[in-house]
Amino acid sequence: MSRKIDQAFYDIGHLDTLAAGDTPLHRLDPRAKLLTTVVFILTVVSFGKYEIGRLLPFFLYPAVLIGLGELPLTFLLKKVLLVSPFVIFIGIFNPWLDREVMLQLGPLAISGGWISFISLLLRFTLTIGAALLLIATTGFAAICMALEKLGAPQVFTVQLLLLYRYIFVLIGESIRMMRAHSLRSFSAKGRITYRVFLQMLGNLLLRTIDRAQRIHMAMLSRAFTGELKIVRQFRFGYKEICFLVGFSALFILLRCTDVTALLGHLVLEISR
Amino acid sequence: MSHHIVEVKDLKFHYPDRTPALSGVSFKIRHGESVAIVGANGAGKSTLLLHLNGYLSPVEGQVRIGDYQLTPETVREVRRTVGMVFQDPDDQLFMSTVFDDVAFGPLNLGFTPEDVSARVEQALATVGVSHLRDRPPYRLSTGQKRRVAIASVLSMSPDILVMDEPSAGLDPRARSQLIELLRSFQHTKIIATHDLDMVVDLCERTIVMHDGQISADGPTMEIFSDETLLAASCLEKPLRMQGCPVCSCKG
Repeated sequence: MSRKIDQAFYDIGHLDTLAAGDTPLHRLDPRAKLLTTVVFILTVVSFGKYEIGRLLPFFLYPAVLIGLGELPLTFLLKKVLLVSPFVIFIGIFNPWLDREVMLQLGPLAISGGWISFISLLLRFTLTIGAALLLIATTGFAAICMALEKLGAPQVFTVQLLLLYRYIFVLIGESIRMMRAHSLRSFSAKGRITYRVFLQMLGNLLLRTIDRAQRIHMAMLSRAFTGELKIVRQFRFGYKEICFLVGFSALFILLRCTDVTALLGHLVLEISR
Repeated sequence: MSHHIVEVKDLKFHYPDRTPALSGVSFKIRHGESVAIVGANGAGKSTLLLHLNGYLSPVEGQVRIGDYQLTPETVREVRRTVGMVFQDPDDQLFMSTVFDDVAFGPLNLGFTPEDVSARVEQALATVGVSHLRDRPPYRLSTGQKRRVAIASVLSMSPDILVMDEPSAGLDPRARSQLIELLRSFQHTKIIATHDLDMVVDLCERTIVMHDGQISADGPTMEIFSDETLLAASCLEKPLRMQGCPVCSCKG
């Protein structure tokens, strides 16, 4: 159990290491990447619930990013898999609820439920993948700053920044607590009983409050007045405009016209 | 008349739950002095430090930093004058890169971006960690974190450095490098610590605290030679001043 948590801990850090890469994609202004990701996600989720074929061309975007950013595909796929249970739980009952046959592949009748389930999985993979790629090419802190430059309220961005900064400390603290517990609990597999778990959780909360107080103290002693200021030179040049406009245009094109069907027709025409 | 840069007069404090912490503490620290505050756990050292930058307000008594009496109106100026280095660098380094963290103070004080950059570079160079400027603080070793924490205070160019356990958790080499670094600073230094050997290296004057009161205040060597005083304050002589285990066995 604690091994898994340890692993997850190092994995979060690994995304940050990836973000420290130095490729043309990494060097793009975070705002361009953030906005492109938003356009991508919006177009992907705006498709109808039975859509499959028209979602497939959208895999082009993650593929291009992974190529340009020299990112490890298997690592990212594993991360997507890690979150997948949530979506599978949401969609798993579709095949039972929606039994109307929508597609006949020879003797195999496929119901609307299965199609919408697969469509959901595709959309999930695309959106989560895009979000992970954004973090892996930009870094969390830069995304927060981009959000702020784009006009997000500071309360929100500061919360995100501090959350990300202290999640490592919090996880570290929980890991140490679990380790201390498993070293002295001689029950099978170091399982935590409900009562002990509650106490540990309460303890963690109290420690967190104490730490929050000390952090606030540290901020105050460095003249903090409630507004977080960060110097960061962002440059929105023509590369950024090309990236944003180019990809957004592509997504909207893929959304508005059925490129797969067109290609299919074209191939059929040529072969005729 | 000499310039009293830190003056604490009859300071009394108890926490909201009535736990007494300080019961009548008075001392004066002059410009450029390096003073250690030693005492057992729970003697009130940390509470005292928190008064020096106005995080806690005295229940009774006064704190005076330079020309300012510590009041809600002067607290901003006092905090600029007093650079506080906390015991756990993870509490102090809350931004996502080393640069942003060291820039935090100067930016809040309203310096221009160019000025801030120059200050950050200089502070990082002083503590010898310029190469870490773009790293996230949680990825650093404790020794590096401590240096960055000190840089984050130096960038505000304080007159007084207040440190809580600066040598805690460092390996012997990092510890002696830190001592060298601190020795090179011209600031007035107030250091709360259990590391009495470091005190011998850095501070010419020592204040001993016991049960929220000052039980002794004087030259470091004089205080560390007084075994009855040390025993009464739950302290022991610095290792360096104790007999050598090898020689004394032969003895």
